[in-house]
Amino acid sequence: MNEFGGTTGLILEEPLLTEKGKKGRMGMSLPRRDIERAPMDETLKGEGPRLPDLSEVEVVRHYTRLSTWNFGVDTGLYPLGSCTMKYNPKTNERQAALTGFAGAHPLLPEKLSQGALKIMYELERFLAEITGMDSVSLQPSAGAHGEFAGMLVFHAYHKSKGSNRTKIIVPDTAHGTNPASAALCGFSPVNVKSNERGVLSPEAIAAVMDEQTAGIMVTNPNTLGFFEENIKEIAEIVHARGGLVYADGANMNAVMGIVSMGDIGIDVLHLNLHKTFSTPHGGGGPGAGPVCVKRHLERFLPVPRVVEQGGRYRLSYDFPHSIGKLHAFYGNVGIMIRAYSYILSLGPELKRVSQLAVLNANYVKEKLKDTLHLPYDRPCMHECVFSDKLQAPLKVTTLDMVKRLIDYGFHPPTIYFPLVVHGAIMIEPTETESREEIDRFIRAFKEVVKEAGEDPERLHKAPHSTKVRRLDETAAARNPRLTCF
Amino acid sequence: MKEISELLFPDDIRYTKDHEWARLEDGTVRIGISDYAQDQLGDVVFVEVPEVGATFNRGEECGTLESVKAVGSLYIPVSGEIVAVNNDLEESPALVNSAPYGGGWIAEVKPSDLSELDTLMSSKDYLEMLKGMTQ
Repeated sequence: MNEFGGTTGLILEEPLLTEKGKKGRMGMSLPRRDIERAPMDETLKGEGPRLPDLSEVEVVRHYTRLSTWNFGVDTGLYPLGSCTMKYNPKTNERQAALTGFAGAHPLLPEKLSQGALKIMYELERFLAEITGMDSVSLQPSAGAHGEFAGMLVFHAYHKSKGSNRTKIIVPDTAHGTNPASAALCGFSPVNVKSNERGVLSPEAIAAVMDEQTAGIMVTNPNTLGFFEENIKEIAEIVHARGGLVYADGANMNAVMGIVSMGDIGIDVLHLNLHKTFSTPHGGGGPGAGPVCVKRHLERFLPVPRVVEQGGRYRLSYDFPHSIGKLHAFYGNVGIMIRAYSYILSLGPELKRVSQLAVLNANYVKEKLKDTLHLPYDRPCMHECVFSDKLQAPLKVTTLDMVKRLIDYGFHPPTIYFPLVVHGAIMIEPTETESREEIDRFIRAFKEVVKEAGEDPERLHKAPHSTKVRRLDETAAARNPRLTCF
Repeated sequence: MKEISELLFPDDIRYTKDHEWARLEDGTVRIGISDYAQDQLGDVVFVEVPEVGATFNRGEECGTLESVKAVGSLYIPVSGEIVAVNNDLEESPALVNSAPYGGGWIAEVKPSDLSELDTLMSSKDYLEMLKGMTQ
């Protein structure tokens, strides 16, 4: 057997569903009509949708074949930095598929939805305990949606104080969505550079924080994989001038049960259930980005909120200061059930999740730092960031190396991000990979770097054994072809 | 990516520390990004040019360049009013890569203070700065 797992095999072609099937073919049997035929209202008549006529086996093979072209966390190591592509335990799927949950309709009356409401209520309490915050809304459906909710809370807070602040401080090591979320709420992002240690210095914040600034958005740990060690002092500076502190908790996998965000001066935080809490991730959703706040901001949380009274649960809109509704019904409930299942499965072991995630990232960093350039050589949190500086003289880039990794059976890490590191290679192994698997990844990366010296052309043309070879990203961006049927 | 020795830095233009260039032509200043900047950005896929008639102070952001790897800001090398922009970039952003000092120019500025041009770097000074950065 190939040590690395990457090999070639039979790949089956598959056309679009619209190019398959035959008129009149069907994948199901409709029950025999047992009532009289009734005429249809003329105004409802029209051409039917252009759906293909397919048999069950055609549909099953279609999706099975497509799935074999794919690479997911169930396929192999997926070290996409800042994405926390951890394994999704199957027990979470089993709980979410329980008929009582999977068959529940959001329009059912509250008395028939007590189980789902109870889980939502308790999940909010769990997340508050894990983060050290006071109140939680599960409604936002993704990380950036949580950021957006947080920025609306900032705006509502300042409005309640009669002030109209226009700026938000965003460091250069924040997630890219942070300035976008701030701008979407009408704030102007003010960029601040991190210092030579890869973190924010209190002086840099003091220099820009003023009475026109609504607050700061900090990703902590940041995208270089470092904990913002001056966060308490920074929060004091921001609070002293009337601002609020937002923490992007997308990297929470590094600090669960270790850092109380509430105690270090954070006012608003969002979580990504689809990262830290092991719910499925990628492909555009559904996700969940709960927003957590300190007590003084609770009244601004989105409605409806789940409230409990004498052991009964209901949804309440009776929060006059709320920023309003952000999602149909109450967000993506199936994702919440998965996260609830994950938290109950691990209990106090959640802390160990973070410890192992940090240990794994530091292991990768130490083992690869003689192979790849390490711009900040100091202990990291859940991810480490290398660059292609040592390979540049060979005319081999970050892109070439990570494309070659695919041939070895590994998903590429995040590349060219964060922007503060030129040619960045950002690796986040997560806690769910075994020592043997991480060792294989490290050996594969070393092989790739060796190949860069011996046969750079092999890297320039990689990947070689995938269904599609190197895609022309430039042509795709310059001439996008958007088609639909 | 190229070695610095493989990049071109013409002598008849001035450079900024943010890797823009500026060239005086009949009273207006034509601006763009340097060969080093285009090489670092990689294949440019979109250029957001400033609006004709807009005025900027030196160093202010007046446009953006988007490549497959990153988005970069364009900072205006001299204060003044935008009098022309390179509309060809809309269809062919690749001009910034293939001819950064020619067909890949981005805008023309009517400078409010021509002496600002003298404070920008010569090609020799710019090259020295780049060598210092990459060591």
